Amino acid sequence: MKLFSELIRTLDSTNKTTLKVEALTHYFEIAPDKDKVWAIAILSHRRPPRPVNTTLLREWATELANIPLWLFEESYHIVGDLAETIALIIPASDNSSDKSLNQFLQEIIELKKLTDMEKKEYLHENWLELNYYERFVFSKLITGSFRIGVSQKLMTRALSKATNIDEDILAYKLMGNWEPSKISYTQLILEENEEDYLSKPYPFYLAYALESEAEELGKVSEWSAEHKWDGIRSQVIIRNNELFVWSRGEELVTDKYPEFQAFINTVPNGTVMDGEILPFPKGEIGTFNDLQTRIGRKTVSKALLEKTPVILKVYDLLEWNGKDIRERPYRERRELLKKLVKDMDASEIPLFLSESLAFSSWEEVANERQRAREERSEGIMLKKLDSPYLVGRKKGDWWKWKVDPLTIDAVLTYAMRGHGRRSNLFTDYTFGLWDEEKNELVTFAKAYSGLTDAEFRKVDSWIKKNTLERFGPVRSVTPHHVFEIAFEGIAESKRHKSGVATRFPRILRWRQDKKIEDANTIEDLKALIP
Amino acid sequence: MNTPLLVFNEKGIYCEKAKVYLDPWKPVDHAIISHGHADHSRWGHKKYITHHSNVPIIKHRLGEIIVTGKEWNETFTINGVKFSLHPAGHIIGSSQIRVEYKGEVWVFTGDYKMEDDGVAVPYESVKCHSFITECTFGLPAFKWVPQEQVMTDVNNWWQQNREDGRTSVLFGYSLGKAQRLLKYLDPSIGKIYTHGAIENMTEVLRPQLSMPETIRITRDTKKEELKGSMVLAPPSAQGTPWIRKMVPFVTASASGWMTFRGARRRRAIDKGFVLSDHCDWQGLLQAIEGTGCEKVICTHGYTEIFSRFLREKGYDARTEETQYEGEIGELEAKSEIEKDLEIVKKTPESL
Repeated sequence: MKLFSELIRTLDSTNKTTLKVEALTHYFEIAPDKDKVWAIAILSHRRPPRPVNTTLLREWATELANIPLWLFEESYHIVGDLAETIALIIPASDNSSDKSLNQFLQEIIELKKLTDMEKKEYLHENWLELNYYERFVFSKLITGSFRIGVSQKLMTRALSKATNIDEDILAYKLMGNWEPSKISYTQLILEENEEDYLSKPYPFYLAYALESEAEELGKVSEWSAEHKWDGIRSQVIIRNNELFVWSRGEELVTDKYPEFQAFINTVPNGTVMDGEILPFPKGEIGTFNDLQTRIGRKTVSKALLEKTPVILKVYDLLEWNGKDIRERPYRERRELLKKLVKDMDASEIPLFLSESLAFSSWEEVANERQRAREERSEGIMLKKLDSPYLVGRKKGDWWKWKVDPLTIDAVLTYAMRGHGRRSNLFTDYTFGLWDEEKNELVTFAKAYSGLTDAEFRKVDSWIKKNTLERFGPVRSVTPHHVFEIAFEGIAESKRHKSGVATRFPRILRWRQDKKIEDANTIEDLKALIP
Repeated sequence: MNTPLLVFNEKGIYCEKAKVYLDPWKPVDHAIISHGHADHSRWGHKKYITHHSNVPIIKHRLGEIIVTGKEWNETFTINGVKFSLHPAGHIIGSSQIRVEYKGEVWVFTGDYKMEDDGVAVPYESVKCHSFITECTFGLPAFKWVPQEQVMTDVNNWWQQNREDGRTSVLFGYSLGKAQRLLKYLDPSIGKIYTHGAIENMTEVLRPQLSMPETIRITRDTKKEELKGSMVLAPPSAQGTPWIRKMVPFVTASASGWMTFRGARRRRAIDKGFVLSDHCDWQGLLQAIEGTGCEKVICTHGYTEIFSRFLREKGYDARTEETQYEGEIGELEAKSEIEKDLEIVKKTPESL
């Protein structure tokens, strides 16, 4: 644990990628093998199931700190991270533990089986025996994933430096389901392993947003254009008469989408497709809001399956006849995919090809992008026809050219303190639009990004002077400021007071030139629903 | 019941009996000033009273003003109200202001800390009935480690950066924090350079405090000579073209806010040293207990949380809105200079 918390401390003390990679490489060179496996697991967001719920954790930490529970809650709200709050609030200690990372994690796994009394005793004992950083790391292992500015890509790069194994090969080895407590470092990293192969996906290739003019990409004839579907990016694997569905977050989601079981006898074995899971109510593509009813569910009821079925829109073929074809040009992979879909009896299964659109000029592409919303898409994907399927986010061959966001002018109505650095500032805002009679502002969205630090400071100081009422951390303010709010999608919703749900709302700009009378109405918003 | 000895109005903390304001944020006739930071000593008052060691500081900041310097514990009477200044330990010349009338005693802390930093005259506990306190860091998450330990870390960090061929850029307020850091930097490691704003203030304070030698960074400073050195800069210098001269450099901030990992990460600073000129949680509680007061008024910081905690402990505690900012400038990269400019801009309309 000393080594690992020292690693976290070092990673925490720099914003420079080279120094982070250096620290990680050093760790992978000197740490015991079992610890390395856990470090890899933790930095790729695999952690043991939480052994204690957070309510109990808060109570037990509060007890040790000898403060009232409400004060812990307020502190947590301001610190913004439970493990960090616990580490800060418990009396300081200069102790340090000799137990290894592996030992701690084995104990945490065992902890789940113990009684609450035993759990509490274990936590109290360990919290007091660790110094600040170890305590933070220990609590983090219990509460959740590490977000310390180390991407999986960065970790893989360091691992590659330490082992001399190619980065892409390591990325592939680290995909999928492996149990850090059961696998050895040799099995995970060093050995070729046939058994795991069956369910293993390929690392996703991710596109960057197009920021320059499309014309700068060269000839339109060298590019494939297709709609950018607004669903869940997924890889679907059919091998050995088994189906595996992976989401982009490397989560195995096969059970959530029983519709796809029908692929097994239709799609040939040895096929891996890249595509988008889309909602398909009433026989046409729905909104992301429809899909949301499916995402959270582990088991899907019959009624829900009927109401919101899903389909898979496929756009790429990564494995064909059991062979990895990622190196072949996109043009060829598309041809094989087209043929594959054509040859099987796809009419019986929820599988559709994402059409490749033919254009003779960039202007035509731009026009198609303008009507993306009619197609229920987010814009256009541009893929170079002679490009291989790369690993991770790489610039050059794939671009997403999203349609401009929808916007509306809304009035600031409520504000809440931000987290961490923003904990002294009111930076989380609620916005309202006018009702039909322009009498009342109806809440329609919350947003907390899009302003500069200087603007946030100004709005914050205004809020502090114009508070109407306080509700815990939330303040209502005098309606006065108008902001232009941008969002990606919009759909009707019964759960929202306004009757409308917007996707990814954020502040586009502060309209200091507008008065609250100039803000839009709920009716204006509803008119944007496709 | 008469009006309280001190009230909070739109201009500041007011003593009606004496017609005097304490740290007013709008122009007034008579102001008693706790210390030289911009949010406590504003421009535009007709007469200033402050501790004599603060006089050169506010004169440097505010220009030609009419100011009287007082000694610690020197009682001066205005309209029958007794005033005296007592060390607050925050920065050089920082005072608590004691106000007494007919046996009733109030103390206004301004900003203060409990640790003796060897720079400011250490905090002195003053008995009172009502205690007006800041609580910038009034949360149990804030726990300071001794200065000696922090400064050892700072010097080790500098040494390591020097060995790696990098310049160390350390951010801190140009008044107070910069001189405190400077005093304990180890000049045997290398040369210490300063941003102009810090150098100007340091020159003002040299007669009062012995500090290692510094070199002002000017247009003529060569990039090569900076390599491996220490550069003290105000928080506002981060991300400006000025800092490019230090490449390759590593940045650090010394502030109480560095307690939070998020505070450092979001400002994209490499290293955070937890070093504050304010009280931590225990410091605040200890100070309040030391005064033997019954009433506590919290002026800035986590006021609502802190006063609620005090009420549960049996104090008559409440919050008053003021325009004091605590250590926010070290968090938000907003310099005192910028703050001064804002105040000057605001003044004509409020006059």
